[in-house]
Amino acid sequence: MDRIKFLLVACLLLLGGHAQAGLNIFACEPEWGALAKELGGEDVRVYVATTARQDPHRIEARPSLIAKMRQADLIVCTGAELEIGWLPVLLSESGNAKVQPGQPGHFEAARYVALLDKPAKLDRSEGDVHAAGNPHIQTDPRNIAQVASALARTMAQIDSVNAMKYRQREQDFQSRWSQAIRNWEAKAALLRGVPVAVQHRGFPYLQDWLGLKEVVALEPKPGVDPSAAYLAQVLSGLKSQPAKMILRATYQSDRPSRWLAERAGIPAVELPYTVGGSVRANDLFGLFDDTIERLLNGLK
Amino acid sequence: MQMFKLGRLALLATAITIALSTPAHAVTDAEWSALKDEIQKMKSSYESRISELEARVKSAESKAGAAEDKAVKAETRAAQAEQPKSSVSRFNPDISLIMQGKYAHMDDVDERHLTGFLPAGHDHGKRGFSVDHTELTLSANVDQIFRGYANFALVDEEIEVEEVWFQTLGLGKGFSLKGGRFLSALGYQNEQHPHAWDFADNNLVYKALFGEGYGQDGLQLKWLAPTDMFIEPFVEIGRGAAFPGTDRNRNGAGAVAAGVHMGGDVGTSNSWRAGVSHLRTKASEREFEGHDPADVEVVGDFTGKSKTWLADFVWKWAPNGNTRTNNFKFAAEYFRRDESGTLNCDDADLADPSACTGALSGAYKSDQSGMYAQAVYQFMPQWRAGYRYDKLWRGDADFNGADIGGTIASLGNYDPSRHSIMLDWSPSEFSRMRLQYSKDKSMDGQNENQWFVQYIHSLGAHGAHKF
Repeated sequence: MDRIKFLLVACLLLLGGHAQAGLNIFACEPEWGALAKELGGEDVRVYVATTARQDPHRIEARPSLIAKMRQADLIVCTGAELEIGWLPVLLSESGNAKVQPGQPGHFEAARYVALLDKPAKLDRSEGDVHAAGNPHIQTDPRNIAQVASALARTMAQIDSVNAMKYRQREQDFQSRWSQAIRNWEAKAALLRGVPVAVQHRGFPYLQDWLGLKEVVALEPKPGVDPSAAYLAQVLSGLKSQPAKMILRATYQSDRPSRWLAERAGIPAVELPYTVGGSVRANDLFGLFDDTIERLLNGLK
Repeated sequence: MQMFKLGRLALLATAITIALSTPAHAVTDAEWSALKDEIQKMKSSYESRISELEARVKSAESKAGAAEDKAVKAETRAAQAEQPKSSVSRFNPDISLIMQGKYAHMDDVDERHLTGFLPAGHDHGKRGFSVDHTELTLSANVDQIFRGYANFALVDEEIEVEEVWFQTLGLGKGFSLKGGRFLSALGYQNEQHPHAWDFADNNLVYKALFGEGYGQDGLQLKWLAPTDMFIEPFVEIGRGAAFPGTDRNRNGAGAVAAGVHMGGDVGTSNSWRAGVSHLRTKASEREFEGHDPADVEVVGDFTGKSKTWLADFVWKWAPNGNTRTNNFKFAAEYFRRDESGTLNCDDADLADPSACTGALSGAYKSDQSGMYAQAVYQFMPQWRAGYRYDKLWRGDADFNGADIGGTIASLGNYDPSRHSIMLDWSPSEFSRMRLQYSKDKSMDGQNENQWFVQYIHSLGAHGAHKF
């Protein structure tokens, strides 16, 4: 009898301990939410603040986001000023000391990769430029691998009880990930050197990885919507310097790329851009499976 | 390595000394050779152990070196990723300058006021071209505990300190403390500076309640509940120098405000915030100007208690939460204010006798209310259109047991109202141009068409806006 009681109590304690342990993670973008889930498994509760249908530059600092950040042990964001229009409000309104800049609970992915497209000139007349470089780092899986090791370290540091588990999951993820990268690279060999037009300069890391060549952007300046006149200019430019396809992210309006695609006679390819950006992009692996496939379809 | 060599020498020396110091007188050849053998053995054993140790140290060192190499690599990568700016510029606060200018086409009205309401002042309603407040904002983290913020409104020959406060970065348990001069957390629009308003001029609710917005010199404590729904009660104590209170030269708190805000999402496309707030303060000789039924100017003052209730509601919609192409915002606030105390009035000009001639003094009691509701729709990227309706109810306002309108006509029984429509264009987050038309009936007998053309531009680090 006593032994059964003891076992029951032990089970309850374990269960209770389990419910309390683990990290509350606030992910600014879906890709980091997905990565945190890969590394944290059942030891973390992940809240993703934005969806693939939202423009991560422009998010309302909604009350629900403030309430979620108040409960976070760790926030995982891109950094490099991507969230400058809303994250500072959430940070100050949440009153959560654990996730303020400089604290271990404030994780910025862009700090762990070398950023491309650092502007030579910082002037608002250049549009929505980011001083630190282009923040859309999630389109290169090699960047994800680098961020994964840094994030696993951070998670192990904050939740030291589960440190070993985070490390193990990270190793497991890295081996699956590098295998997947090799597969993607093999499949995408055809894309090397292919000229593309982009709606927003949101793909420099993808281009860098696969060797795509960006010949023109539809936005006259970063973050500035193209006018009809400007698109006509782009169209005539494409005659002398043709592109094979036009790339845009799910969250962007399809009008400019569709307009141009019809007239230039090339396909407009919508890329999921982040986890949740398409039906197949339901996790990080699906994101790149789908991205590569859509690019290859664009080539046909 | 040096230490080990020295150690070995010392060992040898010791061994030799020991060997030499053994009683020499009784040493035989056999003993001597045995001793020599012994020393040889010791020496070789020590040497082998020492070399073993050396090897272990070497391997440990090389491992450490490799780890260091990795760390250095990671650091250089991080350094590449984050280009260090000069340390001085890094410690500079975020500075922003907000420039606003206006062209207003309005009637020539001598003394603009809201009929039926004791004036709160702060009216910059100039006709023609003008630059409004130019706002200068500085903000930064003070240190690991505090954040600092300052907002100055620059007007000709004058700098108004609109806000200067510190706020804790995280007291823990969801608490945060703000101290200094700050815009009260009352209502919805109160914490917004004019550049963040959705219309070119203030709504009649805030105009009647506070002139522009209610600022406190004091302390604010907020607590954010650890729930998925946003629930945030706050309490403020302050000097209470601003309208509807007055500076009263006393210790302790001159005004107390408290309230709670709640908010959340409905699906991914809708979000809301609602709140209720209360302000209590006292006025001592709060001055006003007005006119009697014969349009003769009077002056007076009010001494007494002022209690304000304010309810606010905001609803925002954007398809899938993506505000870029289309979005919609609805905001409404309702207030109720009770004031009771003593009111004095007298002729503004002794040579021009009014209904107050000879200085009247008596009990004053009022119970007034009002609301505004506004909707702004972004119908295509960069372009928004909006409509606002303001309505005030004068309610009861008694002076010496009779309606005050009999003595002071500018406080007479009249319910001000106004319709406004606006169209604005924002090529980026940093600039906005606006056209607005208002049908203004905020004064008895007035039915005025007002036109505004406005620009709002911001230089520098423009802080993110609240919900």
